[in-house]
Amino acid sequence: MSEPVLYLDGVSVVFDGFKALNNLSLIVDAGELRAIIGPNGAGKTTMMDVITGKTRPTAGVVRFREHDLTRLDEATIANLGIGRKFQKPTMFDALTVFENLELALKAPRGPLACLRWVLSGEARRRIESVMEEVGLSARAGDRAAILSHGQRQWLEIGMLLMQDPELLLVDEPVAGMTDQETEHTAALLVRIAGQRSVVVVEHDLEFVRALGSKVTVLCEGTMLSEGSIDHVQNDPRVIEVYLGR
Amino acid sequence: MSASLAVPAPGGFGRMTLRLVLIGAVLILALLPALNRLPADSALHVSDFIVSITGKWITYAILALAIDLAWGYAGILSLGHGAFFALGGYAIGMHLMRLIGPRGVYGHPTLPDFMVFLGYQELPWYWLGFDHFPFAILMAMLVPGLLAGVVGFLAFRSRITGVYLSIITQALTYALMLAFFRNDMGFGGNNGFTDFKELLGMPLNTSAARSTLFYASLLLLLGALWLCSWVAQSKLGRVLVAIRDAESRVRFLGYDVTRHKLFVFVLSAMIAGLAGALYVPQVGIINPGEFSPGNSIEAVIWVAVGGRGTLIGALLGAFSVNALKTWLTTVAPDLWLFALGGLFVAVTLFLPRGLIGLFSKAPR
Repeated sequence: MSEPVLYLDGVSVVFDGFKALNNLSLIVDAGELRAIIGPNGAGKTTMMDVITGKTRPTAGVVRFREHDLTRLDEATIANLGIGRKFQKPTMFDALTVFENLELALKAPRGPLACLRWVLSGEARRRIESVMEEVGLSARAGDRAAILSHGQRQWLEIGMLLMQDPELLLVDEPVAGMTDQETEHTAALLVRIAGQRSVVVVEHDLEFVRALGSKVTVLCEGTMLSEGSIDHVQNDPRVIEVYLGR
Repeated sequence: MSASLAVPAPGGFGRMTLRLVLIGAVLILALLPALNRLPADSALHVSDFIVSITGKWITYAILALAIDLAWGYAGILSLGHGAFFALGGYAIGMHLMRLIGPRGVYGHPTLPDFMVFLGYQELPWYWLGFDHFPFAILMAMLVPGLLAGVVGFLAFRSRITGVYLSIITQALTYALMLAFFRNDMGFGGNNGFTDFKELLGMPLNTSAARSTLFYASLLLLLGALWLCSWVAQSKLGRVLVAIRDAESRVRFLGYDVTRHKLFVFVLSAMIAGLAGALYVPQVGIINPGEFSPGNSIEAVIWVAVGGRGTLIGALLGAFSVNALKTWLTTVAPDLWLFALGGLFVAVTLFLPRGLIGLFSKAPR
């Protein structure tokens, strides 16, 4: 059995006495696709914040390969190979689709390196292939501000692909997408997994079923159940706190 | 409101037109000192006053460029850039004081008049080296750059942004003003430096010196414009715009935001310092009043009026607001501050993209 890519053990986050995460443990293997579901306030986004360095855990171990993530800042963690897509699609509205992807492209990140940066033919082809992949080729020169909500979701997924991360954290990727787009996204994520590890947070159970992956159910900051979608849907505790409502 | 204003889109009235207007403006400026040499009764004669005041405005325009690079692109609204400008001015002022030599009122061979008056026995250590012009110019860049580096590092590392950063920079220039007012700082107290005699062997207050300083300022303006455009059009410029609009998102892409902001803030402060170094020999005086918070705010208003995040807008704003100021302080001096405040409110409300927004179409 290979080393896990992501390893959370006994992670707690306390905000003013409120336990956003309560002794949470989670292991994600290399190439694994994992879906995380749970009611609002279950701690899904806080878990993403802890992994990406935005929030420091009050207690517990958070490791990415051999790196202790609790001691690193957001930029360092991103450069280790963890990419994140936000629940509310977040990109740079003043820049074009192409420029947004160019900024995300894996390349030296220092100010002088950026000043001297020249777009190579290879980089251009990579950006073009990702635009193709997320269906935004025709919008390359448009500012991100004028994209529809679904297109913004796609652009942010595209930015994630440009970063070429080893672990992708994807928060509600299909909110605001049509059924067809949702299917397309599921297929894309399944395809990405295998080469990389993908953790998807989603409310849409049809989408989670389409992913066909192992599912972790969070509730009140801790893991409630884990297994196949059928397993967790039939777990009485899950039905009680989440599905049964 | 800071999020999505003034996009550095060169769209609208086209790169070519913009370039032509710019070249035309530079040519007209470059002609001024030459027209000054014409006989006074010639129709094209330009007065000494026009040449010296335009030379001064050029240094203001360089300051405006520096502010626009930090504010318009990276979203760093510094209300203390006047301090960097003044520090550059003090650096060249120290050189000019050293050049007075024994020609001061007290006739001391090395000590400037105010030091003799205050009972100094020898030059303070931090005055050493300022008898050399290259050293003074170097200091005019390094001192503002270093100060911006320290303040910026502490502020950006602690993720102080927006209005809090503006307040800190405003406090910085105010604190420096109070410090420079003190006689025992060794910078001439409230009188500052004046009575300069010469620079690089050129007696000041001659037509030759005026036009030399004018052309030096114009060259620096073009150099600064080229440098700022390079930054703005590079990927670094796009990273800065991204930081301006969604700072934390940039971090999650793996960019060290502190380093990028620090880079642009220090570069901006160094440009402002050089502008100050060209300003002081042209106006013939530097005193702690140059650190006054109002100066920094006024410079920010130039940029807002011209149109931030465009570079050209900063130049337009610096020239037009100062032209207005010169005219208004002649005809109705009491009205100037009301006019300035009113202008800022009006531009914010009705021209969020500044004067440049009048000429260019809405961004794509």
